[in-house]
Amino acid sequence: MNRELERILRTVRKPARYTGGEYNEVIKERGGVRLRVALCFPDVYEIGMSNLGFKILYGLANATDGVWCERVFAPWDDMEAAMRGAGVLLYGLESGDPIRDFDVVAFSIGYEMAYTNVLNMLDLAGLPVRASDRDESMPLVIAGGTCCYNPEPLADFIDLFIIGEGEEVNGEVFAEYARSRDAGVPRGVFLERAAVLGGVYVPSLYDTEYGPDGLLSSVTPRPGAPMPVVKRIARDLDAAYFPEKAIVPSTEIVHDRVALEVFRGCIRGCRFCQAGYVYRPVRSRSASSAARLGLAALSDSGYDEMSILSLSTSDYRGLRRLTHELLGWCEPRGVGLSLPSLRADNFSVEMMRSVQKVRRSGLTFAPEAGSQRLRDVINKNVTREDILNTCRIAFEGGWSSVKLYFMLGLPTETDEDVLAIAELTGQILHVWRESAANKRRGVRITVSTSCFVPKPHTPFQWEPQLAAGEYLRRVELLRGAMRMRSVVYNWHDAGTGFIEAALSRGDRRLGRALERVWRDGARLDAWDEHFSLERWLAAFEKCGIDPAFYAERERARGELLPWSVVSPGVGTEYLWSEREAARAGAVTPDCRVKCTGCGASALTAPVPCDSDTDTDTDGGGIVG
Amino acid sequence: MSAARPGRLRLLFEKTGRARYISHLDLMQTLRRVFARADVALRRTEGFNPHPYISLALPLPVGQESVCELMDFETEAAIHPEIIPELLNPKMPEGIRALRAYAPARALSGIKWVEIRVSLEYDAPPRDAGAALAEYFSADSIVVPKRTKRGIRDVDIAPAIRSVRFSGAEAGRVEGGAVISASEPALNPELLLTAIARDAPSLSPDYALIRRVEIFDADMNVFR
Repeated sequence: MNRELERILRTVRKPARYTGGEYNEVIKERGGVRLRVALCFPDVYEIGMSNLGFKILYGLANATDGVWCERVFAPWDDMEAAMRGAGVLLYGLESGDPIRDFDVVAFSIGYEMAYTNVLNMLDLAGLPVRASDRDESMPLVIAGGTCCYNPEPLADFIDLFIIGEGEEVNGEVFAEYARSRDAGVPRGVFLERAAVLGGVYVPSLYDTEYGPDGLLSSVTPRPGAPMPVVKRIARDLDAAYFPEKAIVPSTEIVHDRVALEVFRGCIRGCRFCQAGYVYRPVRSRSASSAARLGLAALSDSGYDEMSILSLSTSDYRGLRRLTHELLGWCEPRGVGLSLPSLRADNFSVEMMRSVQKVRRSGLTFAPEAGSQRLRDVINKNVTREDILNTCRIAFEGGWSSVKLYFMLGLPTETDEDVLAIAELTGQILHVWRESAANKRRGVRITVSTSCFVPKPHTPFQWEPQLAAGEYLRRVELLRGAMRMRSVVYNWHDAGTGFIEAALSRGDRRLGRALERVWRDGARLDAWDEHFSLERWLAAFEKCGIDPAFYAERERARGELLPWSVVSPGVGTEYLWSEREAARAGAVTPDCRVKCTGCGASALTAPVPCDSDTDTDTDGGGIVG
Repeated sequence: MSAARPGRLRLLFEKTGRARYISHLDLMQTLRRVFARADVALRRTEGFNPHPYISLALPLPVGQESVCELMDFETEAAIHPEIIPELLNPKMPEGIRALRAYAPARALSGIKWVEIRVSLEYDAPPRDAGAALAEYFSADSIVVPKRTKRGIRDVDIAPAIRSVRFSGAEAGRVEGGAVISASEPALNPELLLTAIARDAPSLSPDYALIRRVEIFDADMNVFR
């Protein structure tokens, strides 16, 4: 560490997040390194180090000969002030070297409210934020992650987007970059070469035009640039890289445990859920390989907890077998397992009971909507009976705390649907009175609502977001009906959701507003204490942009959507048909009941979507 | 060499370099994980949320180095303490290194004094800084504001300083050392800097590195 950095570390909170030096950090001999990559997470260390995708991309890049990938996170405000005051440029945690001198600066972006951090980190690195202001002496700036399924709001700032999963394509981009650089190929020519690798979107190769009505009227790719850019995926999860030797932070982070991913994609088709559509097709890890990887990661890290991750873990075919294999190792060592994404059904409680002998957390459900009608609209195929039965079994088993998550402002929502949330909560309370194993311990039911944000590449991508005033009216309506003992009602403020909605379905014109609001002081916007709706609204106004045009406007069927330059493999026609089904209150069966032809299976062809990696026939009867 | 009975052992380790920014609580968690990685099972506490029991002798303030940290622990199974450092060291984060493990002869509460070294850096070194600092700390009473749970109150740190010395400034740097009280009262060496900043601001360094180098019992015998 250099002297300047050591001096400022004395003055900031939680300095251990700015030092590097953790177990399993990768240090390479500079002499043998051909390509230096700064893998940037646009939020603080505690959030970024909790991200499984970040660990995968770090490990995978460093597994490549000649590539040295370092970590970079957003500094908290005290550290930013200290860095700027002392003239310390943003550095890689591993080497302490300024990332301005690296070859590639790569952002992993999972949340729109991190966009201002992207600009701020470029600036802290001593780089111009706009791609057009950077020259060939500066690093290539790339971005990937879920947010890049609509890359347009960041198009002014990023040289190249990775669309989809980075496992294969990152390495291809790095290799092409090193080759082009060594051959003295100009940056522009490199970008043209990268654009045809597949899964790469180079925004400067696409020209956009807008009509007099303000709508996007055309997107014209330059010759050779693909349209749309179809996402890339890791086709075979059993063959995919898994970070068995991930960095173990020396300071507490948000998810301080091993994360074991068991499958990608989701068979459920909840219509509001962007992850459920953009991570298709479904690809599973076999239970035996998941168990091997999970135990390897546990023994290597020394963690005493592991989470089994997927979008809907109850749908993992190998779950019984996996938990059985894991528990045999974990129980005697006092290592806890957690299954955060279970559906509300009997099987789930049985699973919870079997895995949570070591440590028992509360129960969390996300019914998302209070009435069956609205749950049908959003295709959240869980019934009131499912929820109540699950709670009953849980209360009988000694659980005494339940968290419930709902959204307000889902398409077609009425006051009746809003009040149904309170009704369901009351029924859960009633179930507790009937079935609690130990009533003296009391019960705690926490209900949280957030304002629905329509997302690109979902059946609700055409829908308007509910206006903030109306959202708050519905919050008040619900609050009035939620006055029950043992029930706590929390609601998210509307401001963050509104800005998130504008950014998530924005176009390139938002770049100016992003730059403006960042220059006006916006950063760390995912944190309530830093977010300022007023600052955002003022910045939009200065740029002559109406955020409601993006957040609260219903799109016509034929409208050219800014994010149609990229494709997650699920067709727009399919999304429209799902939207029509939603309007009709018609449910779509899950993908195992019937394939409804979303189109994503083409990405793994000839291997079918959701192919059975191993059967669970030997696992029956183990649990319970 | 005979196998030690399973039971309490003591680890002597150092915490230097980048690791000095790891806080006391984070260090406890880090060391628990180091033992787990090394597959040295620690005895766990009883109760609802069992966790491996370890005890660190003297919390080391964030930012300070030490080459003489002590930690008590208990293994599940009998183990030769001599081999513990070689098991732990490959599993350590940078800057933490196990030096020796052994069956302790006395309780950690016997620690009374700690010897520290301070390295003071000046962008523009004051003249005769070493002598001036030595003179300052020879006072019978040195009152500094100390942040406590009940707010800020003045404490006299002079009785907690057994000895102190400083050498002259060379290349913008003053080297010093002190033996200060480690318990009843425990004196955080940072307070020496606070005192300088308050009473002799011209001698206040632009950067200071504090290193704990030895610990002693009440009779100034090295404590292990």
